[in-house]
Amino acid sequence: MNCTIKKFYYGDIPEDNSGSSNQPASNVSANSWPLWEVFIRSKQGLDHKHVGSLHAADATMAIENARDVYTRRQEGVSIWVVESKHITASNPDEAGELYEPAADKIYRHPTFYDLPDEVGHM
Amino acid sequence: MQVQDLEKIFQDKIDAEIKIEPKDWMPEAYRKTNIRQISQHAHSEVVGMLPEGNWISRAPSLKRKAILIAKVQDEAGHGLYLYSAAETLGSSRDEMIADLLSGKAKYSSIFNYPTLTWADMGAIGWLVDGAAILNQVMLCRTSYGPYARAMVRICKEESFHQRQGFESLLVLSKGTTEQKAMCQDAINRWWWPSLMMFGPKDSESTNSDQSMKWKIKRKTNDELRQQFVDMAAMQVKVLGMTLPDPDLKWNEERKHYDFGEINWEEFWNVVKGNGPCNKQRLAARNKAHDDGAWVREAAMAYQAKKEKKRNAA
Ligand SMILES: [Fe+2]
Ligand SMILES: [Fe+2]
Repeated sequence: MNCTIKKFYYGDIPEDNSGSSNQPASNVSANSWPLWEVFIRSKQGLDHKHVGSLHAADATMAIENARDVYTRRQEGVSIWVVESKHITASNPDEAGELYEPAADKIYRHPTFYDLPDEVGHM
Repeated sequence: MQVQDLEKIFQDKIDAEIKIEPKDWMPEAYRKTNIRQISQHAHSEVVGMLPEGNWISRAPSLKRKAILIAKVQDEAGHGLYLYSAAETLGSSRDEMIADLLSGKAKYSSIFNYPTLTWADMGAIGWLVDGAAILNQVMLCRTSYGPYARAMVRICKEESFHQRQGFESLLVLSKGTTEQKAMCQDAINRWWWPSLMMFGPKDSESTNSDQSMKWKIKRKTNDELRQQFVDMAAMQVKVLGMTLPDPDLKWNEERKHYDFGEINWEEFWNVVKGNGPCNKQRLAARNKAHDDGAWVREAAMAYQAKKEKKRNAA
């Protein structure tokens, strides 16, 4: 598929019309800070939730940076960080095999069972 | 599976408003367009700190200084959210930063205009952040999941940016004759560049329908620009100021404001790197990056040392 998109907006100026210097990126450093995933508990009693990621030299710095970027307006009371490379994700191509077997097992839901009204709330 | 089948599945998902996530199959052009758009957006947030950073040390009061610092700090955060979103598409942070520093990558042209007076801080918040918000609200529904989520987070923070700007102009508009003049002057200088932020007219931006088809964007440049003009034309009355456009007029038939022609020559000139501050902005970013090199290295060295100690123990 060969289509160029020209939106020309805040964050989308196409290469061709932009007068880019087209210099190849040269100063990519070999020892850049690793990537960390950030999880935040928004208030006591709730689960930690993934909020984004950031680069940091180590775990302590990752937590400090996460504090600065993700909780500037009291969005959290607890932070978890984990280096992104340690996360194993399921493969979306296998979603069918993985999740479809659950689709026809409606008897796993309470609404599957018809009970007389006299039973009351159950 | 054939590529055509994968493309069909992909488009069906988009049509059904199902978000595309990092590990899902996507056409190469979709990936590239998103990387380009998201990284340019990130660069815009980062370079966007410079015109305002210029006034932090000269803010007229401690309150205004605290507000300005908070806003600029938010923009740094926005840059980070967006770089992270672009990284999920396989682009590295180092690469993106290097492209910005070399001048290869672009950022919004609006940040190549100078901030000459304190009133510019108000005008930027009201007009520049205001224009950005319209685009960003639309992007909260963009088809690529990580980009959409970054936008939701950003939009939550942006409304304070626009409100503080407008309020700051409101104070000036009730001040001395000089303050009023300063307020009007800032509006005059930022109005047209803000309209340019929406990009060329729809009739001139070819192929933009592909990006609509993929639901990367959901409104055209002209639609967003009209929305912005309608909003600003009302709000400027509250300030008791005027917008510098003699053709600005309510059109009862269209139920929209008509407005004058944008100077497109100026637009392309700034995009091509010949704006008033293009060189200065890139030089400032390069200096900050170079001056910070030893800090990045030291942090890694310290980490390695701690690691070694832990392994020895
Ligand atoms: Fe922002
Ligand atoms: Fe902003």
